[in-house]
Amino acid sequence: MLQIDLWKRVMIWAAVAAGIALAAPNLFYNRVEQHNDAVAAIERQGSTDELREQASGWPDFLPSGLVNLGLDLRGGAHLLAEVRVQDVYAARLESLWPQIRDALRPLRDEIGTIRLQNSPPDVLRIAISDPSGQGAALQAVRDLAQPVSSTTALPQGGAQNIEVSGADGVITVTLSEAERAATDERTLQQALEIIRRRIDEVGTREPTIQRQGAQRILIQVPGIGSAQELKEIIGTTAQLTFQPVVNRGTDPDADPGVGEEILPSLDEEGLYYTLERSPVVTGEQLVDAQPTFDQNSRPAVNFRFNTQGARAFGDYTAANIGSPFAIVLDDEVISAPVIQSHIPGGSGIITGDFSIEESTNLAVLLRAGALPAGLDFLEERTIGPELGADSIEAGRIATLVAFALVLVFMVLCYGLFGIFANIALILNIGLLFGLLSLIGATLTLPGIAGIVLTVGMAVDANVLVFERIREELKTARGPARAIERGYEKALSAIVDANITTIITAIILFAMGSGPVRGFAITLGFGICTSVFTAVFVTRLLIVTWFERRRPKTITV
Amino acid sequence: MRLKLVPDETSIDFFSRTKLWLGISAVLIVVALTSFFLQGLNYGIDFRGGTTIRTESAEPVDVGAYRDAMQGLELGDVVISEVFDPSFGPDENVAMVRIAPQDDVEAVSQETIAAVEAALQEVAPDIRFTSVSSVGPKVSSELIQTAVIAVLLAIGAVLVYIWLRFEWQFAVGAVVALVHDVALTIGIFSELQIRFDLAIIAALLTIVGYSLNDTVVVFDRVRENLIKYKKRPLKEVLNISINETLSRTLMTSLTTLLALISLLVLGGDVIRGFVFAMTWGVIIGTYSSIFVASAMLYRLGVKRDWSKPDNPTGNQFADVDA
Repeated sequence: MLQIDLWKRVMIWAAVAAGIALAAPNLFYNRVEQHNDAVAAIERQGSTDELREQASGWPDFLPSGLVNLGLDLRGGAHLLAEVRVQDVYAARLESLWPQIRDALRPLRDEIGTIRLQNSPPDVLRIAISDPSGQGAALQAVRDLAQPVSSTTALPQGGAQNIEVSGADGVITVTLSEAERAATDERTLQQALEIIRRRIDEVGTREPTIQRQGAQRILIQVPGIGSAQELKEIIGTTAQLTFQPVVNRGTDPDADPGVGEEILPSLDEEGLYYTLERSPVVTGEQLVDAQPTFDQNSRPAVNFRFNTQGARAFGDYTAANIGSPFAIVLDDEVISAPVIQSHIPGGSGIITGDFSIEESTNLAVLLRAGALPAGLDFLEERTIGPELGADSIEAGRIATLVAFALVLVFMVLCYGLFGIFANIALILNIGLLFGLLSLIGATLTLPGIAGIVLTVGMAVDANVLVFERIREELKTARGPARAIERGYEKALSAIVDANITTIITAIILFAMGSGPVRGFAITLGFGICTSVFTAVFVTRLLIVTWFERRRPKTITV
Repeated sequence: MRLKLVPDETSIDFFSRTKLWLGISAVLIVVALTSFFLQGLNYGIDFRGGTTIRTESAEPVDVGAYRDAMQGLELGDVVISEVFDPSFGPDENVAMVRIAPQDDVEAVSQETIAAVEAALQEVAPDIRFTSVSSVGPKVSSELIQTAVIAVLLAIGAVLVYIWLRFEWQFAVGAVVALVHDVALTIGIFSELQIRFDLAIIAALLTIVGYSLNDTVVVFDRVRENLIKYKKRPLKEVLNISINETLSRTLMTSLTTLLALISLLVLGGDVIRGFVFAMTWGVIIGTYSSIFVASAMLYRLGVKRDWSKPDNPTGNQFADVDA
């Protein structure tokens, strides 16, 4: 009767103690946060006295996990971006053109001359002068097709990467469905990685960068001034290319030749360059970029290519001494210097009309790599830090008041047993914060509401048990028996009632985003901890009390 | 001296007028739906797209002046409303400016926001923009879809769970009660034109969870008493069950309401709509677990012989020991 094994008691108290220990750092939020930041900084860039002092504000041997504060509490910016995956199709096709040309050249006798035709960006059209050779040409182009290589999708029955068709001496090449899917996947992964690197370079705390669905990326950065600032960091594609210059002029609408394009100059208004479309080298072949100054002490950016890029650059400069080439950033010509000599080392300098800040940013962008495709912003939110602070304050007061009201009410209704329930309730909040800190969950404003709701509902399991004990006392088989049966009989109601709430919490978590998700987390964990404290902790308290006092009668 | 919400022994007859209770609920649902279809919800930007800007300044908000300042910008539908909250100090004057989605783009134009901010700064030089949100029409229509799916999914999941743990009549009773709660909550939001945004969906789902919690506790007792009092008529068993659990039902509702009301009063205006929905939901959830769910159960009737082994039993979990 009313026996709880020693090892179970130890386990219960150990779980409670662990939870409280994990929750404790949240009471010293600023100090622990400073400690954590300092420790991270020391790891990254070595230790300084100042950092060591900040780190010593919280002892290393204590747990230092904190509940992250969501954007609505800390202030910051939120963006939902859609990646324009179609952008990449054109580039993929363009890169095929040299290969196709090389494959068709040996067939000149059969197909005549080969010419690239103007076409929409996601199609490649090649005209041959002798339509009777179309069959052979098609075959040759088809032979270039490769199986789709995809990181995630299973090989779809050996699907090929391109689709080739021909009519009236024009061969049309498009990317296959499977190749598009695989390209989309790669584009997304690349975009994610680059956005992450760029935000890390800026060094803000705990950014969230998540993929959402097939084409979207969610970016949340606490502490940043505005969504606009965030967009400037990540929104620029920073697509760097070095392209041969064909011509320069002032007419933006001039008809470029096939395989050529007209781009504006960045600094000089009204100046337009006609460039060859396929670049000599691209930013992807950069290994480093640093802000620096040119010989006239103007801000500039220093860069270095990888071996492959260095060779291509070296070969090109050797062959084209005296002719200009253009450094193009995001479809604008930064500068178009004339090649003075063979540049073998694979490094160079970009000069332009930069401020120091611009050259630093450009270096960051080049180093992090170019975004593979443009971004459309579907959702932007900025929350000011004051509003966040106000919300935390309001949430704190409301939680304390709610807590006090419930505690008083429980004592009024259940007396001593109410006190047991209250101890459990306080431990419950401790455990909840411990769990949230352990998994590094994010607390949002609705999340605070979830905690308050948990405070209200957490007593439910206790109420169920106490009411049951009251009923059992009426049938009078002694207090010990009543307590035991009270727990036994209330259990199925407790379990059923809480499982249904957990189901809704899970659905909320799965379907919701941001603040709503924060609410689902606190609600879900709150239910787990409240059932644990009601079923195990309160019971242990009551049993311990009962063993010491051995009361003949009890009133609940 | 103990505070008792309910006397020790109650024998209130809840089931002599089930038709009346169900009738009242049906009428309320019709009223709620009529309001919803005639007036519609006051959707926030989460669901209709557009931009909201929250402003704060030391000077009192002059809605007219704000509107005049923005007149020249040609933004279409602009709604400006002052926000009040007991927690605001005398120098905190807060307003919300809502701008309809601009038809040109998916992405939200930063220039528009900058222009609005500049215009407002003309009127109130010390104005600050404590939060700015923009949602494109593409996302907002998806958000509606997801929200509707979430609510339906929650109700469906619950239906299945209760069906497995109890009997189909219980599941139907519980789900009718849930639909009742959700409909009445949507109804009051439409009637009072409180802003309906994504957080309210979270509140709706919580209401679903809470109302169910209540219903399940009553049902659990009904199941137990159906076994205990095999010979008594269903109406009597239901009455006994509800009377026995009445004290608990009210206790839990009251503690939850205590917590929610303190949040409603002190929690700030940002989540007031959300907390209001939950407070309302707890009240009607408590009502519906007795007067809708159990009344439905009574009307549907229920299988009386629970001794067969193939039935899920009430003490499936009862041998868990601390």
